[in-house]
Amino acid sequence: MAPSPSPSSTPTRSTLTLRVNGEEHTLSVDHRTTLLDALRERLDLTGTKKGCDQGQCGACTVLLDGRRAVSCLQLAVAAEGREVTTIEGMAEDDRLHPVQQAFLDLDGYQCGYCTPGQICSAVAVIEEHAAGWPSAVTEDVRPEAGPPPLTAEEIRERMSGNLCRCGAYVSIVQAVARAAGTGAGRPAEGAESTEAAA
Amino acid sequence: MTTTTTSTRTPAEPKGSVGSAHTRVEGRDKVTGTARYAGDIPFADLAYGWLVLSTVARGRVSSVETAPVLEMPGVLEVLHHGNAPRVDRDFNGLMGVPPDPTTGLFQDDRVPHMGWPVALVVAETPEQAREAAETLVVNYEAEPHDVDFSGARPDAYALDGHMPAVTEKGDLEEQLAASAVVVDAEYTTPEEHHSMMEPHAATARWDGGRLDVLDSNQGATWVQNDLAKLFSLDPGAVRVRSEHIGGGFGSKGLRAHQVAAVMAATVLQRPVRVTMTRRQMFSLAGYRSPTTQRVRLGADADGRLRALEHDSLNLTSSVHEYVEPSAGVARVMYDADAHRTVNRVVRLDVPTPTWMRAPGEAPGSFALESALDELAEKCGIDPIELRVRNDPERGPVSGLPFAGRNLVACFREGARRFGWADRDPRPGLRRDGRWLLGTGTAAASFFAGAGPSTARVTAEADGTFTVRIAASDLGTGARTALALVAADALGVPADRIRMHIGDSDFGPAMIAGGSMGTRSWAWAITAAAGELRERLALSGDVPPEGITVRSDTTEAVRALAQKERHSFGAQFAEVAVDPATGEVRVRRMLGIFAAGRIINPLTARSQLVGGMIWGISMALHEEAVRDSGSGGLVGADLAGYHVAANADVALVEADWIDDPDPEDPVGIKGIGEVGIVGAAAAIANAVWHATGVRHRHLPIRPDRVLLAGTATGTDTGGGADA
Repeated sequence: MAPSPSPSSTPTRSTLTLRVNGEEHTLSVDHRTTLLDALRERLDLTGTKKGCDQGQCGACTVLLDGRRAVSCLQLAVAAEGREVTTIEGMAEDDRLHPVQQAFLDLDGYQCGYCTPGQICSAVAVIEEHAAGWPSAVTEDVRPEAGPPPLTAEEIRERMSGNLCRCGAYVSIVQAVARAAGTGAGRPAEGAESTEAAA
Repeated sequence: MTTTTTSTRTPAEPKGSVGSAHTRVEGRDKVTGTARYAGDIPFADLAYGWLVLSTVARGRVSSVETAPVLEMPGVLEVLHHGNAPRVDRDFNGLMGVPPDPTTGLFQDDRVPHMGWPVALVVAETPEQAREAAETLVVNYEAEPHDVDFSGARPDAYALDGHMPAVTEKGDLEEQLAASAVVVDAEYTTPEEHHSMMEPHAATARWDGGRLDVLDSNQGATWVQNDLAKLFSLDPGAVRVRSEHIGGGFGSKGLRAHQVAAVMAATVLQRPVRVTMTRRQMFSLAGYRSPTTQRVRLGADADGRLRALEHDSLNLTSSVHEYVEPSAGVARVMYDADAHRTVNRVVRLDVPTPTWMRAPGEAPGSFALESALDELAEKCGIDPIELRVRNDPERGPVSGLPFAGRNLVACFREGARRFGWADRDPRPGLRRDGRWLLGTGTAAASFFAGAGPSTARVTAEADGTFTVRIAASDLGTGARTALALVAADALGVPADRIRMHIGDSDFGPAMIAGGSMGTRSWAWAITAAAGELRERLALSGDVPPEGITVRSDTTEAVRALAQKERHSFGAQFAEVAVDPATGEVRVRRMLGIFAAGRIINPLTARSQLVGGMIWGISMALHEEAVRDSGSGGLVGADLAGYHVAANADVALVEADWIDDPDPEDPVGIKGIGEVGIVGAAAAIANAVWHATGVRHRHLPIRPDRVLLAGTATGTDTGGGADA
């Protein structure tokens, strides 16, 4: 939906309202501002990361109306009227989203920079799969076949828009599988938490 | 052929925190997006700097047309060689070498390579800075450039780096002539880029007469020291903080962005952030030089080496001598009656290469461990047995004893778990539908050292303990590992430890590099914690301000006896090759390492597996292609430069054998780099086993596989020099 011209619009700026993680923010933005930069530089939601700024790495992945999108390739003015969900909106108060908890428990990361994008993607992957969306490795793509088993191969394919240079893919696949409740991938050993004093 | 890997054994339950799996101390911050990286920290009045890079590969800047850009909305300043603050680059930095040449940006009109920084545009918003930077006209007097790297360069010369350029003993030609079997082959590896997910970013500001830099780096005190020297400041007048780092891999030292940010903050007297764009990183962030390596092996019929020569050539820039010491790996791995290694360089009009994960060992092990596999084939000996027969008792060049060399144990354990005993050594025999299958193995090693560090440990009145050390957690898990080490040294549970790292105000400490970070920092923390524990034993009362003990390991580290100190490992890979498309898939990998005491199995496994995935990426994907005409890279971004994605990685497992270093207070050796070493060779050797054709040039691209074809049965053919 295109934003309706408001009195405060100029040829290079518009005032718009962004709905992020259920909260509305009204701000005046340069038309060149990407959704990514609006989140990071204007709303101080820096959990969404800039890895390449050209749609190649997935670090800036957010959910737009529940579907994943790379926010570096979205203009902020084009996001008005849409529901934006970022990594900051995944947990409910102190309770982590099951995907976040699985990444934490199974060490599905190292440096953590791609992690917010991985988690946003993973949340959407689980929903896309449950809704019966096929992937490039799905054998039977007929609608009546229903969702394919969420195998490790399916998860790898569906998560390949998010690069992780540290190479945490093996645990990422395990974390997505655990969160999806399928048990795909090899279970990791239990880990004690050292969070208390962090 | 086995299709599964035997699962992990259950280790004995360790006492204390070290040795048991712990999730990351900062894990919750990372999965909720609240961990602030260098580019995430807000400042009132922040200005944004955007670098402008040269569009010629050699020449001079004749003019910078700043006037129109300064008229653009929001533009505050354009810095270039005509107006930028001066810096002093006449020093050796904390790493013992001159600072990277790009730290001398804007000092003169010379352009030594494509993508050299020629200006910085500073504006009120990132959009304004970017548009102004893209608008800025810079005129050049271009000169002819030379970027063509090859093994035939007549202007190559031997160069010492952190090790001597040349080592030799015995008469190589005589021993080769006396050998029953000879391997003589050339191997090449391409230009490779670190490509960590977080681009380099720094915010500089003057705060009460002190320069405060929020950065993403591998050593806060390193960057602090070098920045102070560069700007002729007292080190105490500079503070560098680097709390969370989105990967480093050797690239995150002092570079153009911090220097540009400090210049602009000084000129404008307000906070300025400079972030490299992904494309800029391909010329400003360093990279691994391409290599051309020749390996000659001569052996008796039973595989015992009589002659070993490893000659490596890499490129460096016209403004810095960097050596990628690929021949160094042969000085550790195998002995021979005649033994010669040499590292050479050639200077070209290219950006300056630098350390990248396992510098030397990563490309060097590809050549040497591929050559060993060729020798095993020619001798008709199992590749593991060949390595066992040639396992030296002392350093082949140094003659020094090894401080633990458990390589053979790694091979034995790995062979058992991988199912190596069932392997038919003949190539080109196994099929799975359209796929040809093969397995391969290779050895890994990386230097295990320690650097001087200081640490402070405080007993707080509330019963907790605070550790302060200028360590860097690049994603290695160092912060968590150090908390476990501190807990055991103090005899308390890990949840009583508060870790503060990444701040130059904590005092000198080793960088996160050379697989030495965690070991060096753990040493200092152990020393301080031990003394604190003694003090607390004398008097249990802790005053409100706490009791603090500071340690400095300079003397202790210097007192380490001269030995051959290394981590070792055995890499195994199973590949599938589609001869119709040339596609190579790694179906599974197993790495077994002897790498000292493992502090946190959860994060250690992640790091070793990550290194092995770098090996997959190196073997099959990564290649930066330089265009002779322009002198720049073709497709300098993450689409043109492919690093392994999730779908490229199947089953990768890492494990270790018990191998504590008795001369380290905690038993650590280091695990940061050994995971990549030998991994590409194991994959290339598996491709030979699948197809019967040797691939001596990385990456093993589909076109190379197609051109090389296959050799079936025992007709093994020659090599693929595509």
